[in-house]
Amino acid sequence: MADIATAFGMVFQPYTLSVILLSAAFGLLVGAIPGLTATMATALLVPVTFFMPPVPAIAAIVTATAMAIFSGDIPGALMRIPGTPASAAYTDESYAMTRKGQAETVLGADLAFSVIGGLFGTVVLVLSAPQLAEIALKFSSFEYFWLVLLGLSSAVMITVGDPLKGVVSLLLGLLISAIGLDNPAAYPRFTFGSIELLGSVGLIPMMIGMFAISEILRFAVEPQAKAQIFKKQIGNVFRGLWGLFRRYRLQALRGSVLGTVVGALPGAGADIAAWMAYAVSKKLSREPEKFGTGHVEGIVEAGAANNSALAGAWIPALVFGIPGDSITAIVIGVLYIKGMNPGPMIFINHPENIYAVFIVFFLANLLMIPFGWVAIKAAKRILHIPRNILMPIILLFCVVGSFAINNTVFAVSVILVFGLAGYFMEENGYPVAPAILGVILGSMLEENFISSMIKSDGRLLAFFERPIAAGLGILTLLIWFWPLASRGLRTVSRTRT
Amino acid sequence: MKLSDTVMGGLLLVLAAAIGIYVSGFPRMPGQNYGAALFPGLIAAGLAACGALLLARGLRAKAPAFEFAPWTRAAPLAANFALVCGALLFYIFAAETLGFMATGSLLLLALFLKLGVRPLSATVVAVVAALVFHLLFYKLLRVPLPWGILQFMAGW
Repeated sequence: MADIATAFGMVFQPYTLSVILLSAAFGLLVGAIPGLTATMATALLVPVTFFMPPVPAIAAIVTATAMAIFSGDIPGALMRIPGTPASAAYTDESYAMTRKGQAETVLGADLAFSVIGGLFGTVVLVLSAPQLAEIALKFSSFEYFWLVLLGLSSAVMITVGDPLKGVVSLLLGLLISAIGLDNPAAYPRFTFGSIELLGSVGLIPMMIGMFAISEILRFAVEPQAKAQIFKKQIGNVFRGLWGLFRRYRLQALRGSVLGTVVGALPGAGADIAAWMAYAVSKKLSREPEKFGTGHVEGIVEAGAANNSALAGAWIPALVFGIPGDSITAIVIGVLYIKGMNPGPMIFINHPENIYAVFIVFFLANLLMIPFGWVAIKAAKRILHIPRNILMPIILLFCVVGSFAINNTVFAVSVILVFGLAGYFMEENGYPVAPAILGVILGSMLEENFISSMIKSDGRLLAFFERPIAAGLGILTLLIWFWPLASRGLRTVSRTRT
Repeated sequence: MKLSDTVMGGLLLVLAAAIGIYVSGFPRMPGQNYGAALFPGLIAAGLAACGALLLARGLRAKAPAFEFAPWTRAAPLAANFALVCGALLFYIFAAETLGFMATGSLLLLALFLKLGVRPLSATVVAVVAALVFHLLFYKLLRVPLPWGILQFMAGW
């Protein structure tokens, strides 16, 4: 109890609260401007949070991302352009509603069900994380090895498109994580005499490159189009919400559950959650023929899913140090910098910090109601911000921000290299998320692998001798061989017929 | 630029071979069988396997080896791309001598003008933005941004 009181004290103090309010405004802005994503918001926040105590730093990221995932819906409804990829699944549907004169209903539903999804994900996070941490305390290097491998494998499998390209992306990420001195033998690898590379490629500059610079490059090569806003005046968005809620409470619940689970799976975040929830909604709907014509049902479900995914992603991130999405991948980097190393021990050593994170999650989702309302009202202004002024300023911010982490110009080269890498990967259909996960988890994978090998004297069977390790190991192998097995089964059944 | 699976596969095989050769020179941990070379060695093996699969798939698909996105043929867009990269390179090489404020303003000005911002507002916003970033990071967060040619202002 004393810890919870301390946590409240840490959150409800002027400094933290003002950080939360500022990052709420920042997140709404970033989310509502097409081309700027919630992950980019996180990457841009990191250099500033670098100079804050842990709780406000985390609060800034939690608040900004929750707001950004909601406000990404606004340009979807008004301009048919998703503000963040997480809104892409139902952009056409929202716009169709706006064209039918239901802009207020769709924006109100976006806001209300974002809040509901966000709160649901938060409740699951609060209830499950401490329990999982209890279990995680008993883990040895064998369990951690399998857990990391399982996370990496599911990140590859869940990527939309080509699993082979996902594996390549993952391996390249692992390769980058091998750079530097940070390995069990403390031998400088892939440094080629560079002093800067001894400390590996900085995580934060790399993320800024992958998620911000690559977006700026994408903006630079897309032909400039004038923003076309369909509707000029927006009325009362809260009218009729109660009816929607009563009619679609099952959809809202289903979307929230699916979102939380997808969020918790490594490598998949809010965007995949929204696509899946929209598809599920259409499949299970009583009126699937209405989907695509401006029907709110799928928006309710997917809108709840993407916000609940945000909180879900924090479960494995806090308990095991395995990020659930690319936002928590950055968060883990921040936690290490702040000395709040994720893992079960943090629940024992610094429970007040964890409780503070939980409180911030609730607060951020509740603040979304007034802030989101203001953002909808101000939508016209926000959407008219000239991007040809904004993007260069963001570029300069990336430069200063990456420089600020270690005070070296080397970081600026890192953002350039990884910006180009992120751009070319995307262009060639190589998903970025597995690479990021590889970089974050590489040293954890290697460390637990090597120490397990040393402990067992090279006997691979030892990896299956402890019950939980065996379970995780079999699950991992199943994920690996499932595509092969299912293809084999299909060929067998085809040859029979 | 899009690379076909064949080209990517080939490149990955070369990369895997290079890593393999490079890590084979790593010293062993005394008294241990598993050293610094094991993990990158496994990654190299994985990359080689993926490279071979991609190569095989690419040879079957017979896609063109290189494909250029439409923007590469639109000169202004290609120039935008080059300018963003150039701006970062310019910062990397000029920041120390010119200082943050001068480099930052020039970088912004060039990008603004190229992206069609009117010259007057471009100049004003470029200078003001660089100044604001400098105040924010140098004064508030104490990041040692270089002064460069504006060193005389450091004492103000």
